[in-house]
Amino acid sequence: MAVEVAPAGWRGSPWLSFAVRRFGRFAVSLWVLITTAFLMIQLIPGDPVRAALGLTAPVELVNARRAALGLDDPLWLQYVHYLGGLITGDFGTSMNSGQPVAEVIGDRLPATLQLALPAFAVVIAVAIPLGLLFAVLTRGGRRRGGELAFTSTTVLLAAVPEFLLAVALVAFFAVQLGWFPVAGSEGAGSLVLPVIALALGPASVLARIVRVETLSVLGNDFIRTARAKRLPARLVYLRHALPNALTATLTMGGLMLTGMVAGTVLVENVFAWPGLGSTIAQSILQKDYPLVQGIVLVYGIGVLLVNLTVDVLLAVLDPRSTIREN
Amino acid sequence: MVATETVNRRGAKWFAALRTPVGGFAASLLLVVIALAVLAPILWHDKAFEIDTEAIAQRPSAAHWLGTDALGHDILFRVLVATRLSVLLAVLATVIGVVTGLVLGTLPSLLPRPAARLVTSAVNIAVAFPGLLLVLFCSVIFGVGTYGAVLAVGFALAPAFARLAQTLSASVAGQDFVSAARISGVGRIRLLVRHILPNVGEPLVVNATIGAGASLLAFSGLSFLGIGVQAPDYDWGRLLGEGLDGIYVNPAAALAPGVAVVLAGLAFNLVGETVAGVIGVRAGVRKLAPRPASPARESSGRADDVVLVVENLQVAFPSQAGLTVPVRGVSFTVRAGEAIGVVGESGSGKSLTGLAVSRLVEAPAAVTADRLEFAGKPLLTTPERDLRGLLGTSLAMVFQDPMTSFNPTRRIGRQLAEVAEQHQGLPRAKAFERAVDRLRTVRIPAAERRARQYPHEFSGGMRQRAMIGMGLMGDPKLIIADEPTTALDVTVQRQLLRLLARTRTERDTAIILISHDIAVVSQTCERMLVMYAGRVVEDLPSAGTPRHPYTKALLAATLDLGTDRDAPLAVIPGRPPEPDRVPTGCAFADRCPAVTDRCRLEDPVLECVEPGHRVACWHPSETSFSPSAKKTVTAGGAE
Repeated sequence: MAVEVAPAGWRGSPWLSFAVRRFGRFAVSLWVLITTAFLMIQLIPGDPVRAALGLTAPVELVNARRAALGLDDPLWLQYVHYLGGLITGDFGTSMNSGQPVAEVIGDRLPATLQLALPAFAVVIAVAIPLGLLFAVLTRGGRRRGGELAFTSTTVLLAAVPEFLLAVALVAFFAVQLGWFPVAGSEGAGSLVLPVIALALGPASVLARIVRVETLSVLGNDFIRTARAKRLPARLVYLRHALPNALTATLTMGGLMLTGMVAGTVLVENVFAWPGLGSTIAQSILQKDYPLVQGIVLVYGIGVLLVNLTVDVLLAVLDPRSTIREN
Repeated sequence: MVATETVNRRGAKWFAALRTPVGGFAASLLLVVIALAVLAPILWHDKAFEIDTEAIAQRPSAAHWLGTDALGHDILFRVLVATRLSVLLAVLATVIGVVTGLVLGTLPSLLPRPAARLVTSAVNIAVAFPGLLLVLFCSVIFGVGTYGAVLAVGFALAPAFARLAQTLSASVAGQDFVSAARISGVGRIRLLVRHILPNVGEPLVVNATIGAGASLLAFSGLSFLGIGVQAPDYDWGRLLGEGLDGIYVNPAAALAPGVAVVLAGLAFNLVGETVAGVIGVRAGVRKLAPRPASPARESSGRADDVVLVVENLQVAFPSQAGLTVPVRGVSFTVRAGEAIGVVGESGSGKSLTGLAVSRLVEAPAAVTADRLEFAGKPLLTTPERDLRGLLGTSLAMVFQDPMTSFNPTRRIGRQLAEVAEQHQGLPRAKAFERAVDRLRTVRIPAAERRARQYPHEFSGGMRQRAMIGMGLMGDPKLIIADEPTTALDVTVQRQLLRLLARTRTERDTAIILISHDIAVVSQTCERMLVMYAGRVVEDLPSAGTPRHPYTKALLAATLDLGTDRDAPLAVIPGRPPEPDRVPTGCAFADRCPAVTDRCRLEDPVLECVEPGHRVACWHPSETSFSPSAKKTVTAGGAE
């Protein structure tokens, strides 16, 4: 795709320079993330091992654990060991269970993805058609009532944080009506409520962004050109308005979609979903720092990947953006 | 003095925002939340801690409206009393976030360059991470518990505020008064404190209000996870977490604190948002009223080769004043192969006439006409579906700004090909071939390669030619070109006009050339319509002698090589009337050197003075444009 789009070389290859630049930024962010995760344990006031094991733990045990974690080495050596460990897939060992962190993550990550990916799909599938539809219906100040209903509904839904929505959904659909299980991850039915809880807020925000962006695109000259070609309305909106609205939507929506990665933490806790989110909450409470460190890293990488994907999509959708960045 | 005045005006703006329905609702909600935060613990502290051993973990009842928790506490009182802690912690966290953010955000303007860059990029990376992740990260460092959570939420908010402070101070720092202060030797810190901070204060406060709502939600999230407030203290998040454990027994115990969180969060959020959005207040739209037709019509000629008939065309917009009518009864006909120029100052209604004729004016504007026919089809009464094929292939448009008239996300060739795919049923590849051929016709070099490029890879002149090429995809009977050369330089302008002329002779296509430049029109067209304030005031052959004083003034204001360079530049004094304030009588009366009382009372009708020459003026032959008027220089002159 990328190669095909590149114009016949009269401006160098904007795609190559874009790729180099963007992946460079990804690498730098990743390095900052890893270093911050490493420093997290150093920043904890006092002795993290003592904090984890409690005041009553014998000194020998604490010292042995410190040695095992390498906390008595000089900082730079710890850093080198940490980086080396990451490269070989060693995320450290859980202080509580003694299980390798990588193994815990391997166990729990699929469950989190099982929630996050469908929620992501629902957001896209709901927000884009809805936002486009209401932009078309309310363009040029038409249907004030529809606009008011759309705006107030989406504002309200976006104002309810996902975990409160989750609680309300449980109270109504699981406890009152008994349609879905209250918690757990047994069967497809157990997916419904957590996915709705995760997706509804972001879908509302995104639908609003799509509407506003589409409205501003509809005011452009090239929309008038498309209408002057007498294309059917469907093509004017889907082919000429939507792609241009999406570029701006993606830029603003990217940040919001990364918020969904974090949203899984709370929603998993409401539904006792056996994913990374319930694990990180427990391990913070139990002061199992290596495990927290590992999960923070996974979430962080998730965010970076979403941002990267958004930027690449933008470049494909709007060829100008690769050049504009120069 | 000036400062207090500004403060007063800002205060008034906040006040105005809070008087809107949403703003008023939000403000009262916020007041209730604050009142509860202050009063609830004083009034109900004991009741919230009272343990009713008779009623442990019960559903709502008369004694306990929202039921009780596992220890027999009354849920309602606990939710009310928890207001203080929940709001207090949120506000505290926000203050920490704003202060830290302000320091981080303004630091780059004080630090030496490398350090400033480091801070900026650290903030940029942190902003990319969702707030909750930052909160979790910080709460690992600061530890589990109330204080740790306040610090965690506060520091997690900081990057967003740092970014805001950066953007705001950067925009202020670029303004003239700051540059002036800098040049006059004001130090960096003084500059920041005296000039930049006061100007970013307002948006910062607005965003802090919104931020307080966000930190309220974040905090209840933390407490819900058990990382925030610890027993025996309780805030809404903690109550929610406890309530969820017993949701089968008493759903109200989980829902009530949830509702409290949402309402309080909404109160902060909405107050901030309404104040933030108060600048963009929209004016209401009135209903359209029908408007009586005006009598200006042309004696219609033969019907056989007529491409376009326009009789008493009006375009009206709803406006604050009720109805604005920028096009007020325009009539003319266009024959096959004819080139007609439409000239006039900006705002004379010429572009709108072009759009109305091609049915591109959208609601809420309303187009009416006694007759509007293209190629024998009535445009206003035929349903759009039936017209699509005809207009798509026979009526071509060329718009003013070639830079914005193409879709930036599609290749030029595909945008041309669309026409053939849509209206002539050509398959994709064939349509693209035709697009390449038409690009060649309009002299785009290397058309095959160019067709695969995006608009931003074309120059302005090439885009405008491609636009004509798009019109040639079908078999155009009429090309409406609205200021097609205005955005181009003179040589490219000439090429384009030549291309239009060639198209006309080769295909017998009629052309309507809309322009403010009477020189361009008189070179290209054999007939011109002079428009003023939404009317045609003169319709004359380009070679003919103008009779209307406005036409004469337009001609006098054009420059050519023969213009006497020592004489003052000729302009038309005054400005055209605003479309919603057109006077009774002749609209040009106020600027006309030959004005009489009759002109101010009666509107002249467009009448034939000789074959092929119509004028709307009470004194068409007696007037001459007075040279004395040329001395006045105003902004309203013909460009």
